Amino acid sequence: MDINMLNKKAVEVRIGIIEAIHNAGSGHPGGSLSSADITTALYFDIMNIDPKNPGMKGRDKCIFSKGHAGPAQLAAMALRGYFPIGEFTGTLRRIDSRFQGHPNIKIPGIEMSTGSLGQGFSAAGGMAMANKLDNDPGKIFAVLGDGELQEGLVWEAAMSAAHYKLDNLIAIVDHNGLQIDGRNDDVMTVNPIGEKFESFGWNYTVIDGHDMIAIHDALTMAKESKGKPMCIVAETIKGKGVSFMENQAGWHGKAPDDEQYARAMAELNAAKAALK
Amino acid sequence: MADKIATRQAYGEALVEIGKNNSNLVVMDADLSGSTKTSMFAKEFPERFFNMGIAEQNMYGAAAGLAISGKVVCASTFAIFAACKSFEIIRNSIGYTGANVKICASHAGITVGEDGASHQTFEDIALMRTIPGMTVVNPSDATATKKLLKQIVEMEGPCYFRIGRAAVPVFYSEDDEITLGKGKLIKEGSDVTIIATGIMVNEAYEAAGVLETEGISVRLIDIHTIKPIDSGIVIKAARETGAIVTAEEHSVIGGLGDAVAQVVVKNAPCPVAMVGQQDTFGESGKPDDLKKKYHMTSEDIIEAVRNIVRER
Ligand SMILES: Cc1ncc(C[n+]2csc(CCOP(=O)(O)OP(=O)(O)O)c2C)c(N)n1
Ligand SMILES: [Mg+2]
Repeated sequence: MDINMLNKKAVEVRIGIIEAIHNAGSGHPGGSLSSADITTALYFDIMNIDPKNPGMKGRDKCIFSKGHAGPAQLAAMALRGYFPIGEFTGTLRRIDSRFQGHPNIKIPGIEMSTGSLGQGFSAAGGMAMANKLDNDPGKIFAVLGDGELQEGLVWEAAMSAAHYKLDNLIAIVDHNGLQIDGRNDDVMTVNPIGEKFESFGWNYTVIDGHDMIAIHDALTMAKESKGKPMCIVAETIKGKGVSFMENQAGWHGKAPDDEQYARAMAELNAAKAALK
Repeated sequence: MADKIATRQAYGEALVEIGKNNSNLVVMDADLSGSTKTSMFAKEFPERFFNMGIAEQNMYGAAAGLAISGKVVCASTFAIFAACKSFEIIRNSIGYTGANVKICASHAGITVGEDGASHQTFEDIALMRTIPGMTVVNPSDATATKKLLKQIVEMEGPCYFRIGRAAVPVFYSEDDEITLGKGKLIKEGSDVTIIATGIMVNEAYEAAGVLETEGISVRLIDIHTIKPIDSGIVIKAARETGAIVTAEEHSVIGGLGDAVAQVVVKNAPCPVAMVGQQDTFGESGKPDDLKKKYHMTSEDIIEAVRNIVRER
């Protein structure tokens, strides 16, 4: 794996996120930016996929259960060659566009329509069950928010994944500590996360969700998991990469205005240049 | 009719006003308090506000428990997570028990806009209408929202209160009488009746103005209380004008149109045309563009009225 390339791609993913949300005039930058490194690792390092053949048999699948952060996934997919980046950044959330406000299964490579929190994780479990039935080697990666863990459905899905020994299912929790109304700890406590999954019959590990080597190691280990599903608790910063969005609940679901957009792009372009 | 205010904004303000006099009122939300505007109540009465996190089903289950223990509860989230996601809990724990819970659901309909089909709800009125004992209310503007919320909090029993995201014209004045369960006659007319609910009332009012200039005399009725529906005003309209066009920001299946049609078919059969979401999902876009694309504007009401009058 090429750490420098991955870190650079992650910045490009962030640039795509900001471009698209600014153009759209609405969207969710905070949770998209916090999951940008994880998503980059999945699409450029870990997953067995073919953008030219999105329906390839035996492929790995990534499901953004925290669907509001879909722009992170779409940006990574565009850069990986699934569709032109300009079509995504230019038409996201526009009428008649295939790039909807939340992930849409009609786009080749998007495996599940999401947006209602919790449901993507359930469907991911079903896909893992199907792969077991078919002896399909593909792994299912589900990206969840920490606020999303408050949904009861998440724990129904977690229980059944352990019961059916879905060691081909990997949950990645984007643990940025924030949701819409503020800190998880103020709205509805979700900690401890790893221990909860463990008590539901999962293996878990905690990593720095912005450290590409740690992400690579954890995802590689998770792919080798035997007998139990694996949960990766990725400690992240909401808004990561755009200084004024970092750790601000207010940037959950708001587009930058022109001035903020220019500042964000300046920061990201500088970060990209520094990685050359 | 100059100002534009979202009905959710009026809802937030009304909760605070009601909370001042009614210490029994408890408000709940599911991590959307800034959007549903329950944050205003939370700020004023923190001890009577519960943020239940992103766990709508538990919120409605707990709301039932609070209500059965004597509280009057307004529990808010987006319509898709209230009526649709939590349906069975609302049906059994709130409907079947008759619990005094007001399901105050915001962001209903196509005007949710950019978030797209996963969030745009066209099924909520239909679902809620099927629950025995559930009162279903869809106010048309900020004034009606405030007046009706006061009445549903005073009324005993479950209620679904539908409010929207987008700023809409303030249609009514303070002096307008708006009574729960009673259709509001906005304009007399003899050729045809438009029966509208929610934000479509304003679209219908604009349509009626245009149609009058074409020589079509239009009666206009706001049915804010869809269940129990004011059948008297509907039957009278059917008998006296002989044709009805309904307009709602909801599926034409199971909503206002069906409720009106049931009354008409049983009592005074006449042609009924329905303006609303035509059995399809929505998509991302600007609310006004989506209203056009999915045929929920004054233009569409005008078209429907012209057709029904021509064919009669
Ligand atoms: C079932 C459901 N309830 C509510 C929402 C509205 N909503 C969208 S994002 C969000 C907060 C998500 O917080 P978190 O999972 O922590 O996401 P992140 O911080 O990674 O953006 C909420 C409440 C939703 N999309 N689905
Ligand atoms: Mg979070």
